[in-house]
Amino acid sequence: MTLDYSSSFHYLVALLPECVLFVGGMGVLLAGVSKTDEQRRPELGWLALAVLAAAAVANGWLYSVSESGATAMIAVDKFRLFANWVFIVGAALTIAISLAYVSRQRLQAAEYYALIAFATVGMMVVAASRDLMIVFLGMETVSIAVYALAAFNRRDPRSAEAGLKYFLLGAFASGFLLFGIALIYGAAGSTNLQAIAVAVQDGAAAGGLMIPGMALLVTGFAFKVSAVPFHMWTPDAYEGAPTPVTAYMASAVKAAAFVAFARILFVGLDGVYDQWFPILWWIAAATMVVGNLVAVVQSSIKRMLAYSSIAHGGYLLVALVAANDAAAAGLLFYLFVYTVTTVGAFAVVVTVGRQSERDTAIEKYAGYGWRRPVLGTLMTLFLLSLAGFPGTGGFMAKFYVLQGAAEAHLWWLLVVLVLTTLVSYWYYLRVAWFMWMKEAPEGAVHRVGGATPFAIYVVLLVCGGIVLATGLLPGAAIDLAQGSVEGLRHWVAGTAPAH
Amino acid sequence: MTDVLFVLFAVVALGGAAGVVLGRSPVASLLFMVATLASVAGIFVLLEAHFLAAVQVMVYAGAIMVLFLFVIMLLNLGHDYRADLKFGLWSLLALSVSGLTGGLLWTFLADPVPAGALGGAAASAIDAAVAEKGAVGAIADPLFTDYVVAFELTGLLLLVAIVAAVVLAKPRSGEEQEC
Repeated sequence: MTLDYSSSFHYLVALLPECVLFVGGMGVLLAGVSKTDEQRRPELGWLALAVLAAAAVANGWLYSVSESGATAMIAVDKFRLFANWVFIVGAALTIAISLAYVSRQRLQAAEYYALIAFATVGMMVVAASRDLMIVFLGMETVSIAVYALAAFNRRDPRSAEAGLKYFLLGAFASGFLLFGIALIYGAAGSTNLQAIAVAVQDGAAAGGLMIPGMALLVTGFAFKVSAVPFHMWTPDAYEGAPTPVTAYMASAVKAAAFVAFARILFVGLDGVYDQWFPILWWIAAATMVVGNLVAVVQSSIKRMLAYSSIAHGGYLLVALVAANDAAAAGLLFYLFVYTVTTVGAFAVVVTVGRQSERDTAIEKYAGYGWRRPVLGTLMTLFLLSLAGFPGTGGFMAKFYVLQGAAEAHLWWLLVVLVLTTLVSYWYYLRVAWFMWMKEAPEGAVHRVGGATPFAIYVVLLVCGGIVLATGLLPGAAIDLAQGSVEGLRHWVAGTAPAH
Repeated sequence: MTDVLFVLFAVVALGGAAGVVLGRSPVASLLFMVATLASVAGIFVLLEAHFLAAVQVMVYAGAIMVLFLFVIMLLNLGHDYRADLKFGLWSLLALSVSGLTGGLLWTFLADPVPAGALGGAAASAIDAAVAEKGAVGAIADPLFTDYVVAFELTGLLLLVAIVAAVVLAKPRSGEEQEC
């Protein structure tokens, strides 16, 4: 089937996974309305997982659909479909680690799962969009749903604080983004990325509006991906939000912002590469250095993982700065591995906290590995993957990003990346050291708090399996990623722009 | 004449925007905002976008602002607050950054503006659409054809915002602290 958008029906086909997930999300909301007893919370979660599975099937089916041309508002390309896998997997793992948490914290389950589904719809729209207007609407859908999720636990003042901080700064960032989009529209006469690129190449775009517009757009996205110096909200928002939501924010939400950023920079703003290159170069370097150095001194594991997510944002920005096919494939691969690893690590944090916000201090992990060997081993695996230890997915992800950076001759960024990675070993391995080398303090009674929920075991095994598989046999995944970025940057007469 | 009117509207719009931020009472901020929105409507008229100007006045300056006013009065928020903005070192920094941005825009805009949305093909396309379908048709037609995805997506966005607001504002149903 080939889509040319001659009728509105084609939009429906092109957005099939989004439509399935959106209707399913409303179904979850409705199922929650008729809920009579409090015991049915997990069922709503399983329903949301089933909806995500249906969306995954629709996403797989879209591989058999092609589009004519590459300028339509909704892209049906492999770049989008690969990104959709990341979002669907991230959302499904998040829901799975939320099942016990939502019941125990007595959160409003229907709204919780529906908001996760709606946020995922927003991410998929963002990845599919070739129009700045759709990018903005999708980003806002994601952001508003996640503001509410961050503040979801109304019995916890820290959750409210996290939601408010995230909301205020996120709204501020959206203002930057929108102003940038308006200026770019003023310069190019269109919000379509291809039309913008053509206008820039022909010299028709007014440079006087294009450059400030690009700068504001980059600022807005830097807020969204929490790049230094726009990262101030991240630690507080990540620390205060309910832990499964933190996992979602650190993985899928970040991935959505990066995918949209990549498409805008690689397609729409490729003609002004020389202008955004130095800006992003410095942001990437600062993000890697600050994120890693501040993570070293954190004593709360959620805060440490927040700074670690800032640092990983820096590594991903290196792929954006490199702006070639190898780096783009590395970006997608990295996002997939990072999403899985992060949710896996947070699954352990949720379990250690016994489905609440307790025991987030790193000292509380002392001796944990010996008491719960399976959890301890998997947590160590996730930490090693985040650090980029050879044999794990995190190492291969960093390797492919480095490859892209080397092709673009970004030697200084490469050096910064390697050095900051070495720094990151310190704070990741510190947690592992506490788990295996330290005794639990005298007299501290560690309540094991019942059996680990079945769903969390499944998540841990899936995440652990993927981390090992992508680390030892990365061939299939990187091939898929490389196939997904083909054509992304080659849309004008089959030539890649040269830098 | 047009230039004089534009400067008038622009000054009122900018002054009103500053008033929204600097005003001590929410009601005063709100009235400043009405002034800003009305001036923007005036600028729309100068650009010969009469339909947009009417919508701007009716929807923003009219309906939404009245809604805000009701909320402020009903929730009894209309007190004066101490000024949130502290005029210290930060304000100096903020002013210099604003000045720098303004200066950048000024130098860039001093260049002759090539054809973008500001002129050329895009502008004449809008003129042609208005001549053919009228001002309302020129907006309504693309809204339900070319931009139907954006239109529907706005519906999703509003639904998400409503669900989010209800979740956060709903009174707790007598559940006590978990142990």
